Amino acid sequence: MTAAPPITYREACRQALRDALLNDPKTFLMGEDIGRYGGCYAVTKGLIDEFGEERIRDTPLSESAYVGAGIGAALVGMRPIVEIMTVNFSLLALDQIVNNAATIPHMSGGQFAVPLVIRIATGGGRRVAAQHSHSLEGWYAHIPGLRILAPAVLEDARYMLAAALADPNPVLIFEHVMLYNIEGELDPAVTDVDIDHAKVRREGSDVTLIAYGNGLIKALSAAEALAADGIAAEVVDLRVLRPLDTATILASVTKTRRCVIVDEGWRSGSLSAEIGMRIAEGAFFDLDAPLRRVCGREVPMPYAAHLEDAALPQPADIAAAARGLVRPA
Amino acid sequence: MSARVHLDHDHVRHLLRQMIRIRHFESKCVELYQAQKILGFLHLYDGEEAVSVGIMEALAPEDAVIATYREHGQAIARGIGMDVLMAEMLGKQEGCCRGRGGSMHIFDRKTRFYGGNAIVGGGLPLAVGVALGDKMQRRSAVTACFFGDGAVDEGEFHESMNLASLWKLPVLFVCENNLYAMGMALARAEAETDLARKADAYRMPGVALDGMDVVAVESAARNAVEQIRAGGGPQFLECRTYRFRAHSMFDAQLYRSKEEIEDWRRKGPIGRFEGWLISNGLIHEDEVHRIEAEADAEIEKAVVFAEAGTLEPVEELESFVTMETVPA
Repeated sequence: MTAAPPITYREACRQALRDALLNDPKTFLMGEDIGRYGGCYAVTKGLIDEFGEERIRDTPLSESAYVGAGIGAALVGMRPIVEIMTVNFSLLALDQIVNNAATIPHMSGGQFAVPLVIRIATGGGRRVAAQHSHSLEGWYAHIPGLRILAPAVLEDARYMLAAALADPNPVLIFEHVMLYNIEGELDPAVTDVDIDHAKVRREGSDVTLIAYGNGLIKALSAAEALAADGIAAEVVDLRVLRPLDTATILASVTKTRRCVIVDEGWRSGSLSAEIGMRIAEGAFFDLDAPLRRVCGREVPMPYAAHLEDAALPQPADIAAAARGLVRPA
Repeated sequence: MSARVHLDHDHVRHLLRQMIRIRHFESKCVELYQAQKILGFLHLYDGEEAVSVGIMEALAPEDAVIATYREHGQAIARGIGMDVLMAEMLGKQEGCCRGRGGSMHIFDRKTRFYGGNAIVGGGLPLAVGVALGDKMQRRSAVTACFFGDGAVDEGEFHESMNLASLWKLPVLFVCENNLYAMGMALARAEAETDLARKADAYRMPGVALDGMDVVAVESAARNAVEQIRAGGGPQFLECRTYRFRAHSMFDAQLYRSKEEIEDWRRKGPIGRFEGWLISNGLIHEDEVHRIEAEADAEIEKAVVFAEAGTLEPVEELESFVTMETVPA
């Protein structure tokens, strides 16, 4: 088999959307500037030329209305994919997502499903300050009725969408903005992925690093640095933030007996807190060291580069936390 | 306009009967609420019956409805059975939503009734989407979207009116303007209280009408639906009406006077229509009594059905939080 040409994460997302549009006439895209502009992060570039304005729908700046319209269209048989430019803007549609998409199947006693996919750009690192940079996916992971995905590797960027569209429930896909330009080769052996399980991206025996999204890239980088110190870190990619794959987390932690959780979101009330508690509930007696977290600092994201870097978990912070568990001073 | 509505005996009897069924159903709900068999909130439609009854006359079975949290009348007028409605109110699994929705969240797949919605304005974006989905699938359906004057305060109203008009979607926006958003008087909430004028801003035909006159509502709805179905895009109807009772069951009504309520009661949709029919010889008083008796018998049967209903086993609590399949 010949090696696949390199591809960016952005292109993997675009190919996934194109496939979805080709495979199902009931699929269409809605969002701000996804058509003529080509998408804020250029993920949807060119799709309007291929599929037309009926299926690549530029919307006014009405997050609540077009996300709600996605829910309504899903209720009557369509398979909409809605794009929200950045996670902070998703708050303008929070009512529709939480009070309608997540509740209607249950409130209706199972009469209706909401097979809607919402793609949301998330995360910090682009120097765009406190209204474009946060990691609020942990909030959404709190909500029963939603499935929350965070593709961090090319194969997930390429194939999670198809799995999300096959799900009869609302699925939110959080694409970290720092990943769009990452380039690599798609594993040609992978043609689909599941959206149920976390995945061990690097095996190790001394400490488990749990991360997702851009945090995974940083955790893998930290694991490399730790290896140079003779510490074998295992890296678990959460991939699915709701429902959490507790079994994979516990299996890894039970093996390594130490764990650092990486979360770009703020520490208080965070997804990392939930994961830590699940480990405490399920593997307390297997731990050889206290649980540790490396989270976003509790500030609105600052603009200045040195401050933003200081506000986000960095590979050195993750490695230091892991070293402290494996070789306490 | 009323020439479009054929006021033959069968039809006027039907309109009166529908309003009476709603009014009597809700009276029974009050009893059951006082007996603590219905719990939570209970928002009564008392006084507003002509709106739902008139609007639903203009809809076909393939059309869709988005309702409010004050939606018993909308549900009954749309044709949802009193038995499954009452069972829902009593929290029984024989209820239309298996007891998961209750009074404010009535859903019914058969009649394309996409929910009561207890977030004011929350249903409007859904209506846009239902209409969009139907249109993209080349269905000729119209989506009737009910909301109150309070929803006009919300951003969703403006976003949805704009989007529906921009995309020429088949939505009938039905504003039930009962002058109060809970206790907030329209004039204290809106800089422009002539709500039909709001439609102008979205280049949408908008009409204000007497929502206490069932024939006027039906006539306006038929006109609007006909134009929507012909591809003319959305329409807006402001139905001016009044709620005779409290917002929910506990409400001292400090925000309005007894005189105001009494004044509106005299314009009540049932008494007025009934009086007009009798004085014009279109119906006999005996027949009205028969309609009332039939409605009461239907309600009694619904109560028996609901009381005999069963409680869903607690083991099934988490069913339908996520779905295994999309229901066909």
